[in-house]
Amino acid sequence: MSTSIARDLTTEIIEAQPTFNVGTELRNEAWTQFKKLGLPGTKHEEYRFTPVTRHLEKKFNLSKSNPDSNLSSVADYLIPDLDANVVVLVNGRFNALLSKVVSLESEITITTLSEALLNNTVARAHFNKYVTNESDAFAVWNSAAWQEGVFIHVPENTSVNKPVFILQLNDASTEQVVTQTRILGVLEKGATVSVIEKSDSIGNEVVFHNFAEEWVIKEEAHLEYCKIQNDAGKICQVSNSVIHQTTSSKLNTFTLTLNGQLIRNNLHILIDGENCESHFYGLYLLNGNTLADNHTVVDHKKPNSFSNEMYKGVMDGNSKGVFNGKIFVRPHAQKTNAFQSNRNIIISDNATVNTKPQLEIWADDVKCSHGCTSGQLDEEALFYLRSRGISETNAKAMLLYAFAAEVLQPIQNETLKSYLDQLIADRLQKNF
Amino acid sequence: MSKSNQVLEEITSKEYEHGWTVNLETDEAPKGLNEDIVRFISAKKNEPEWLLEWRLKAFRQWQKMVEPKWPNVTYPAINYQDIIYYSAPKQKVKPNSLSEVDPELIKTFEKLGISLTEQKRLTGVAVDAVIDSISVATTFKEKLSELGVIFCSFSEAVKEHPELIKKYLGSVVPMNDNYFAALNSAVFSDGSFCYIPKGVRCPMELSTYFRINAANTGQFERTLIVADEGSYVSYLEGCTAPMRDENQLHAAVVELYTMKGAEIKYSTVQNWYPGDKNGKGGIYNFVTKRGLCAGDHSKISWTQVETGSAITWKYPSCVLKGDYSVGEFYSVAVTNNYQQADTGTKMIHIGKNTRSRIVSKGISAGKSQNSYRGQVHVMKRATNARNHSQCDSLLMGDQCGAHTFPYIDVENNSARIEHEATTSKIGEDQIFYCLQRGIDEESAVALIVNGYAKEVLNQLPMEFAVEAQKLLALTLEGSVG
Amino acid sequence: MNYRTMLSIKNLQAKIGEKQILNGIDLKVNAGEVHAIMGPNGSGKSTLASVLSGREEYEVSGGEVDFLGKDLLELSPEDRAREGIFMAFQYPVEIPGVSTINFMKTALNQIREYRGQQALDAVSFLQLMKEKMKLVEIDQSLLNRSLNEGFSGGEKKRNEIFQMAMLEPKLAILDETDSGLDIDALRIVANGVNKLRNKNNATIVVTHYQRLLDYIVPDYVHVLYKGKIVKSGTKELALELEAKGYDWIKSEVTVA
Repeated sequence: MSTSIARDLTTEIIEAQPTFNVGTELRNEAWTQFKKLGLPGTKHEEYRFTPVTRHLEKKFNLSKSNPDSNLSSVADYLIPDLDANVVVLVNGRFNALLSKVVSLESEITITTLSEALLNNTVARAHFNKYVTNESDAFAVWNSAAWQEGVFIHVPENTSVNKPVFILQLNDASTEQVVTQTRILGVLEKGATVSVIEKSDSIGNEVVFHNFAEEWVIKEEAHLEYCKIQNDAGKICQVSNSVIHQTTSSKLNTFTLTLNGQLIRNNLHILIDGENCESHFYGLYLLNGNTLADNHTVVDHKKPNSFSNEMYKGVMDGNSKGVFNGKIFVRPHAQKTNAFQSNRNIIISDNATVNTKPQLEIWADDVKCSHGCTSGQLDEEALFYLRSRGISETNAKAMLLYAFAAEVLQPIQNETLKSYLDQLIADRLQKNF
Repeated sequence: MSKSNQVLEEITSKEYEHGWTVNLETDEAPKGLNEDIVRFISAKKNEPEWLLEWRLKAFRQWQKMVEPKWPNVTYPAINYQDIIYYSAPKQKVKPNSLSEVDPELIKTFEKLGISLTEQKRLTGVAVDAVIDSISVATTFKEKLSELGVIFCSFSEAVKEHPELIKKYLGSVVPMNDNYFAALNSAVFSDGSFCYIPKGVRCPMELSTYFRINAANTGQFERTLIVADEGSYVSYLEGCTAPMRDENQLHAAVVELYTMKGAEIKYSTVQNWYPGDKNGKGGIYNFVTKRGLCAGDHSKISWTQVETGSAITWKYPSCVLKGDYSVGEFYSVAVTNNYQQADTGTKMIHIGKNTRSRIVSKGISAGKSQNSYRGQVHVMKRATNARNHSQCDSLLMGDQCGAHTFPYIDVENNSARIEHEATTSKIGEDQIFYCLQRGIDEESAVALIVNGYAKEVLNQLPMEFAVEAQKLLALTLEGSVG
Repeated sequence: MNYRTMLSIKNLQAKIGEKQILNGIDLKVNAGEVHAIMGPNGSGKSTLASVLSGREEYEVSGGEVDFLGKDLLELSPEDRAREGIFMAFQYPVEIPGVSTINFMKTALNQIREYRGQQALDAVSFLQLMKEKMKLVEIDQSLLNRSLNEGFSGGEKKRNEIFQMAMLEPKLAILDETDSGLDIDALRIVANGVNKLRNKNNATIVVTHYQRLLDYIVPDYVHVLYKGKIVKSGTKELALELEAKGYDWIKSEVTVA
């Protein structure tokens, strides 16, 4: 029984818990709650298709500590020509040598989370307020066991003109790595910042990365957020992102998943103010045995806001794409406009897709819709291209690229955009 | 043309209009459920040993099962020992003709607008009337039998056509399929059976009319329709219950089986008592309906208009096993006051070139919660499967909720699946436009709602369409303004 | 009061929210007459039409409106319709799944019921419909479709005139009926209106442009500006406006 396995593993984790100097009280509360929740087995509705727990049980020794890494350069993992503040975490530890903050101190605060929780009142006021103990079991586990993290703070009416690039590396060249990292970002009133979070792994041993982040976007603030999951190694990643929006704030997120063994993203957006605007886009281009599962929640708590979600997937090989999107419109959140779309193309005989878009609406004066499709490339379009002399292979690649690249549209940073564009083009042409 | 007008004229200050009870003498089992009760029911019906064994097996399985908790509905725990599982209007002998049927019963059905005397029949509709747990009369039997069509009560079928019942009972909904199906398998008391022979197009609509009358009684009927190769039948189901303060349980099972090239069209207008304005009373409607398109090129089409019941838990489904088979689901579900509905469908694509279509129109008003839950599953060998789903919700007021839970699971890359859902409300400008043409507000709402649901209502046979339109208007009465 | 007087508006004031839009309108319309209300954008033309038809967003803050001896402002929108007021909407709404035929039958019979008349049976209704269809040159296929859904601008306006023909109002208010129409559609719509004119009914044509008045010739023209009728005259006034533009009125008002 998967549930009993989950329970065993939960106990094993709790018994092996390390000691930390920072945030002991919150960690203890989280441990208590984690014990109550337990890791989700395959019978768990939210993890029906995504056997993270079983994977952990089969492949990991959770009482082991992580190896040291002697990595001396991260050049291979950066985004070429991107002029950015760079923060590097290796195997769950902050690496000061490889990191570099270029923006002025008056523009932005970037420190380790453990440092911030000791002496930064803003960090202390917001930490663990959004990833709550009611959240996903992995998020709660992270609240209890996070090893290190990053704190980002942008003061009032400040626009940070260089993006923040957070690189999370897992070096598993000698043995397994289990990392628990965390980000807290606070954008004060009228602040603007662009953040890119990228994870990579090195080596052939297994990696489990349990990541959680909290973002607070205050009045009229604006966050651009991009997540790139392109690990070459055998990573299993669970990522819990909670973004809290207040009045008239703006949010754009983009999540690109290309590689990894088992990827689970929980993106939870709380629209807790009027006149907010949120766009969130996702793209999963999967092959091999990758399983990528995107769970998104948009919770409209206040009236007059707008959200638009578009996730697209192309599944090849034996890959599995899972999408689960919830839109909540709470009572009195009138005049909400919320749209969601999930489109999938399955290329190979053995790939599958499971999608579950959900609407839960408790207010009548709203415009909400969702649509999802699963299918193949448009035969008509394919024929049209071929009749102009383009080979079938190229025609397919072109159409797939066009299908996928649409989600890049909202990305504003041109360097980032062309980098992502290249990743997508490479992936889709390589296959044909 | 006078159809809609009739509807509008009938919108007066009426509440649930079938809320009366009649004093029929009944033959009841004692309250509660155990193996003896199962034996009691089986004995009452003079059933063969194999059927009793089947029931007992189901009962034992049921005891090990738990009530499903996943539907988006809440209700106090049901005490299964506080329900009467068998209640039959007292008849001295089984009536051979209508003249032997208790005149009170005939009156009961006439009050419902269902005439059991063939002279006053609904044009072209054969009716099987089920009151509490027992089929009391079936009309047009002879005429149908000329064509080889079997249409009779379930108990009669057990006696007259045991080979068919043995073969098909539980073939679509296994006895342990789910909690309520298992309960039904153990204690079902009657229902309708229908068999359409090879190549026969049933010349009239077949209809079962269900009525719960007795207090503290659960109703557990079972319908089985088998359409042999190349045959066609259109089947209607209607239901009402008296207004009672306590909740009553209705756990039915409907099984449809189509062979090669056969088609079954199954329409329901569900109008069980929904409870009063404060959510007191009403029927718990936990129903398992499933059709198996066993043969190639067969088709099953479900149409439902759900206006009644305090709680509805119901997913008429199609298992598309035959190649080129087609499944359809058309639904209008209206909830008002404190009603809760969690309803939808499952389309399981197994065969090649199978197609399915889902049109669901939810309407929530008052303090009600209305959920669509549906699954489209394309199995690995279901090459070229196609599905299109449209799920719309209409909200009236800001105290109610509309929920959409579609599950789409695709294991074959040649499938094309499209799902769309929207949520909207009745526009103030639409209402004003109607007012300006001299139409009052209640009628305007009825007009707009019927327009919204038209795609589904169009699927109903004429007699039902009129009834359904009236029901929509009545259910939503007082929900605007 | 003159027995021929149909509508009498005295010092009508109306606002939406805190914004005052009508600042004291006086207007008298007799049976058999056609009145054109003209004015620049924002002058209150459409507000006047909306207030007369009973839209609730507008609050009447003063004045009175008498319609055939009844206090119009006391009546609900549907009762105004039943008393014989018809509004041809500038933007007719779409009602999915409800055909124009079904819609008209519902409306007509509710109006008849109000007037103590018997409901029309299917045959007489169909007959009436055929007759009116011819009058306004509208095709039955359009009337079988969902009300205004997917209709072109011209089709929507023609449908409005068809409904007007069906309901035979005493007072028709055409709110910017010419907007969005090409010349052919305009002619068909205007022909319909003209055919429906007689000595027992009256029409108020609300329009920005003189163009429509070439086809529906008014007996009187009123110019509305800042919520007041600032100038009244005969059809020549419309031509003058066409030639000189609204600035002329604005400057004249400012001088005065």
